[in-house]
Amino acid sequence: MSDTLSPTTTDEVLDTVRAAIADEAPLQVLGRGTKAALGRPVAAPRTIQLSGLSGIAYYEPRELVLTAAAGTPLAEIEAALQAEGQHLPFEPCNLDRLLGGEPDAGTLGGAISANLSGPRRFYAGGARDHFLGFEAVSGRGEIFKSGGRVIKNVTGFDLSKLIAGSFGTLGIMTEVSLKVLPAPETTRTLLLPGDDLAAACQYLSAALKSPHAVNGAAHLPAAAAGRSTVGYVAGMRSGVTALRVEGHRPSVEARLAGLRTLFQDIDQTEELHSHNSAKLWREIGKGTLLTQNPESQVWRLSLPPTNAASAIGALSEQMDIEFSADWGGGLLWIAIPAQADAAQAAMFKATEQYGGHATLIRADETVRAAVPVFQPLSPPLMDITGRLKGNFDPHRILNPGKMYKDV
Amino acid sequence: MIVVLPETTQQVADVLRYCSDNGIKVVARGSGTSLSGGALPLADAVMLGLGRFNRITEIDYENRCVVAQAGVANLAISHAVAAEGFYYAPDPSSQIACSIGGNVAENSGGVHCLKYGLTTNNVLGVEFVTVTGEIIRLGGKFQDANGYDLLGLITGSEGLLGVVTEVTVRILRKPETARALLIGFPTTTAAADCVGAVIGAGIIPGGMEMMDRPAIHAAEEFVHAGYPLDVEALLIVELDGPQAEVDYLVTRVSEIAEELGAVSIRLSESEQERESFWAGRKNAFPAIGRISPDYYCMDGTIPRGKLPEVLARMAEMSEKYDLRVANVFHAGDGNLHPLILYDANLPGQLEAAENFGAEILKLCVEVGGVLTGEHGVGVEKRDLMGEMFTEVDLNQQQRVKCSFDPDSLLNPGKVFPTLHRCAELGRVHVHDGKTRFPELPRF
Repeated sequence: MSDTLSPTTTDEVLDTVRAAIADEAPLQVLGRGTKAALGRPVAAPRTIQLSGLSGIAYYEPRELVLTAAAGTPLAEIEAALQAEGQHLPFEPCNLDRLLGGEPDAGTLGGAISANLSGPRRFYAGGARDHFLGFEAVSGRGEIFKSGGRVIKNVTGFDLSKLIAGSFGTLGIMTEVSLKVLPAPETTRTLLLPGDDLAAACQYLSAALKSPHAVNGAAHLPAAAAGRSTVGYVAGMRSGVTALRVEGHRPSVEARLAGLRTLFQDIDQTEELHSHNSAKLWREIGKGTLLTQNPESQVWRLSLPPTNAASAIGALSEQMDIEFSADWGGGLLWIAIPAQADAAQAAMFKATEQYGGHATLIRADETVRAAVPVFQPLSPPLMDITGRLKGNFDPHRILNPGKMYKDV
Repeated sequence: MIVVLPETTQQVADVLRYCSDNGIKVVARGSGTSLSGGALPLADAVMLGLGRFNRITEIDYENRCVVAQAGVANLAISHAVAAEGFYYAPDPSSQIACSIGGNVAENSGGVHCLKYGLTTNNVLGVEFVTVTGEIIRLGGKFQDANGYDLLGLITGSEGLLGVVTEVTVRILRKPETARALLIGFPTTTAAADCVGAVIGAGIIPGGMEMMDRPAIHAAEEFVHAGYPLDVEALLIVELDGPQAEVDYLVTRVSEIAEELGAVSIRLSESEQERESFWAGRKNAFPAIGRISPDYYCMDGTIPRGKLPEVLARMAEMSEKYDLRVANVFHAGDGNLHPLILYDANLPGQLEAAENFGAEILKLCVEVGGVLTGEHGVGVEKRDLMGEMFTEVDLNQQQRVKCSFDPDSLLNPGKVFPTLHRCAELGRVHVHDGKTRFPELPRF
């Protein structure tokens, strides 16, 4: 058990980091810890918890910009946005159903650090695309900032992109600025029945090639669909391909009609209105429907959408898998029975063959210590990664080993 | 200076390896359209021209992306996929000439980026060559980085980190319909209010541009777009999507504009008319070029609500420097392009124009904005970086440079006002003794 430090200001974060450097005592960096089980285990004598750095510092709805302390709960941010009819377009998805921990307790800083984005990712961009700027404390013990509070900015290197998805290994963010957007007035989801994944992928592709601006495109096999709390989804008693359209009401009605025409040969379709749509896409984003086995290990594969069916086919031949597909086929959630090597070789081979990369989302600590959680990088990329780490955190004080053993 | 024009990625790698081994500086160059001197040659450097990287290598409609070599013109990508109803969204005004590799280097924008994003939001992958000649692929036909987001870091790095040879971009289906509203206001404040109110009403137009009186007059005299001449500010608001959505939003935006005191509203009734509305805006720079021997185009971003204040202060500066200024404004995202009119043949005017420009950019930072929204830092704004960043901020950025190019051979002299040696930046200062966190437990 490591000692926990809970700074409440940027200066206190700075002092905590400087003390860690002086004492050669690395820090595990956490927001509220909801994603602590994501990544390799961090062996650190101290934990710095950022939930004390909380609060919205600046929110101008008409500027489409929000700035908040990194430890601000996402729920607080989403509530503030909702009050103004706005939202975070990347649909941050808390993985508490898979990783355990307090439901929906995650922080803004944690969402950015993990760069986890929900179903709208392929259409609206991910967390990294809406991340305008930040202030952070580097592992050198210095406060630095990058980016800004305006939505169009190319001044200097875009360090926001580097920090997003770096899992706290380069700096401890203290303040974050985001681009926000108007929330859609209306949402509709068209449900198409069908168990055949290859056919489902063709539906997804046809929908995404259409001019109807589909911004959610997922396929759930029958078992996964059956777990949905949305009655219409579970009630289809088959695999379900779900297509979402959002926006101003007249536009949504027109585009939904367009989708219905596109898929007029398919019988027994269903349609979800805003409330049920929100429920379903939340379940999909959080990976809630994937498996009911709490012991199974879970992978996420990001790959070219047209290769989804082949990748699933290849993996099913080698082992028992449960899966669901999102992002028009570009994201596969895969659950497998727990095993010592988490079937890493098969997963990495699949992404080598079909493109993209794999991340081990859930496995117990021993497995995550032994198996690469993030797909291994080519030697030149690993060199650059190591040099970046060395330049931001030369003492390896911040989340050492969280992403790669030596980073 | 030596110019090399490689045709293959391997040749680029060979050139870079040779230069790296021999300590020779390299400046990569696409079409040379940078407005900040991003690809300015150096007397003692190899100029690596990417003009021969001019092929679109793959069009993949199923995965909705295009793979193009770095020298392919931005607009050529949209043209290549137009027949199937697709396009590439970022549309910098130089899109007929500027290269996709240069777009990646500069993270270029355009008039549609409020709704569709900048280059960085539309690039899925690149092939790039490091200074030592390693060929690296980042991303591809899939989302998100494996490991650190080096693709995001390379985008907008102004040629300082590596040489991009191939780019994978996402393509979008063209909206079914697009119509433009031309809205005149008696004051710039009313026009700015209208922009805020449209966004406040939950509407993100495909494009939303503002021009002030001098810009309106210059553009109208040049292209005869039918702009009203008796207004202080003109908005072009383009709404795109299905017919039903466009009809609905045209009504709502018109209502908002009327409420806020618009004195003229015109809706494009044909594609031709829509294009003529845009022709004035897109030709604003050459239009200014007709009425002044020289002009200097600036590129700051401000929080939109500060526009009236910034315009008022700019008018004061205009008097102080005795130089006219015309403004075009990507109003949706706060990106301001003041055009300073001067005559380089008159002694002192060039210097005055440059000082005026620098003062405008400092004002942008002062009101909470940034030095450059889409043109890049390059040589032009290099010495202003200290207005926005502390030395610690800039040193941390330069350490990124050191992680890719430790001898600073790639595009040196751009972006950073003072270039430290990497060894110097790598030094670690040990902090000990008094901390400002006395209750911190010491273990």
